[in-house]
Amino acid sequence: MPLHSRHLLGLDGTKREDIQLILDTAVSFREVLDRPIKKVPTLQGKTIVNMFFESSTRTRLSFELAERRLSADVLGFQSVGSSVAKGETLKDTARNIEAMKVDMVVMRHAASGAPHYLSRVIDANVLNAGDGSHEHPTQALLDMYTIRERLGRLEGLHVCLLGDVAHSRVARSNIYGLLTMGAQVSVCGPATMIPRDIERLGVNVYHHLDDVLPQIDVLNVLRIQLERDAGRFFPTVREYHNSYGVTRQRLEKAGRIVTILHPGPINRDVEISADVADSEHSVILQQVLNGVAVRMAVLYLLATAS
Amino acid sequence: MRQLKAQIMDGAGFERTLKRLAHEILEKNKGAGNIVIVGIRTRGEFLAKRVARTIETLEGVTLPIGFLDITLYRDDLLGKLEQPRLQGTEIMFDITGKDVVLVDDVLYTGRTIRAALDELIDLGRPNTIQLAVLVDRGHRQLPIRADYVGKNVPTSSGESIRVHVTEVDGEDSVLLMHPEE
Repeated sequence: MPLHSRHLLGLDGTKREDIQLILDTAVSFREVLDRPIKKVPTLQGKTIVNMFFESSTRTRLSFELAERRLSADVLGFQSVGSSVAKGETLKDTARNIEAMKVDMVVMRHAASGAPHYLSRVIDANVLNAGDGSHEHPTQALLDMYTIRERLGRLEGLHVCLLGDVAHSRVARSNIYGLLTMGAQVSVCGPATMIPRDIERLGVNVYHHLDDVLPQIDVLNVLRIQLERDAGRFFPTVREYHNSYGVTRQRLEKAGRIVTILHPGPINRDVEISADVADSEHSVILQQVLNGVAVRMAVLYLLATAS
Repeated sequence: MRQLKAQIMDGAGFERTLKRLAHEILEKNKGAGNIVIVGIRTRGEFLAKRVARTIETLEGVTLPIGFLDITLYRDDLLGKLEQPRLQGTEIMFDITGKDVVLVDDVLYTGRTIRAALDELIDLGRPNTIQLAVLVDRGHRQLPIRADYVGKNVPTSSGESIRVHVTEVDGEDSVLLMHPEE
């Protein structure tokens, strides 16, 4: 059975069987990444364009690597210095790229819903690589893959998302995906960073890290986006670290083994202390590797569905 | 629905054929010393396990055994009507320098074997790759032949061969089916 959608726009509304299929398929691609030749001929002849209207290093590299390891032809696109800077609309940019017979578009955009719009105006498959503060589905999928790899399952686990939940597309996609897969989800952070009424999505809200730590299996530490003026939401970085920084002492006090995830790039000794980031319970680097496999799986499933 | 035309092998014949293949593999390679067995998923996986077990019993050795899912190397993947579910390749040993015996149920167009050869070469540089199949039904579209053949079954291209293995289908048998009506 192929996926139910031609696009991957978000995990909100994505069926459990589709998430399961992506995660299961990714296992095969993860094996490819351990080979001496980390490349398969699967998408030979397909052309994929990566449209990044917002800066990105890791996601863009991860997608590009996934595409190349599937033998697709890859076009790169950065909004800086492109026709976008000259005032072209998203629709015109997309139409022009489509006129070049592109099969798939991977898009990151600062506006929530931009990939959804794109999927309605062009024929190519659209993958959302992050839209505004809305969704970042492949990040949540690789988080779930990594949790499943480490703990063997998702169902019944208690996962907490820590930090700036309100402005985090990673958090939103994780909440939708994890709840669909039967995990229990909590969010934790200062009140200024937790959206009002988020309980309605089916998550528990905590404002004290020490309250939630003893109950959870997985802590997904969101990055404090200092470059986006995150300082408006707490007095000082030091105070944030004192209240919400994940430290070894805190984890030891909680007396529970908690698997630590972080979508990167990490701010050492802001949201997470250096020793925790490098500890054996941290799976941050596995996330990066698994991200390539998960993106290969999504590209494969969308490209080969008839 | 395809109708049965003839039973080509029953359970006992199936078992005897696999045993003979195991003997031939040993004979040609002068023992099991450098052999690794690789089955092509799905049916070839179970045949490979049984051939390996027979060789192990005969020679008193343990053979490295792996499985190949050739889906990612297929030449018809982008035009296929139904999306295949990946089962994964599991070869947990280095094939470089080894004599790889590739095992599959039916040799037909040769396209599956082409894909398998490409995938194996991406995994390492074997000394030799040899092919063992339970049934060779002809109609090759590529210049590929088997080193060990359980049974040659002349067929028309409309007919089909069905291989059943106990592990999946509850019985061992090879059936020749009439063309689809």
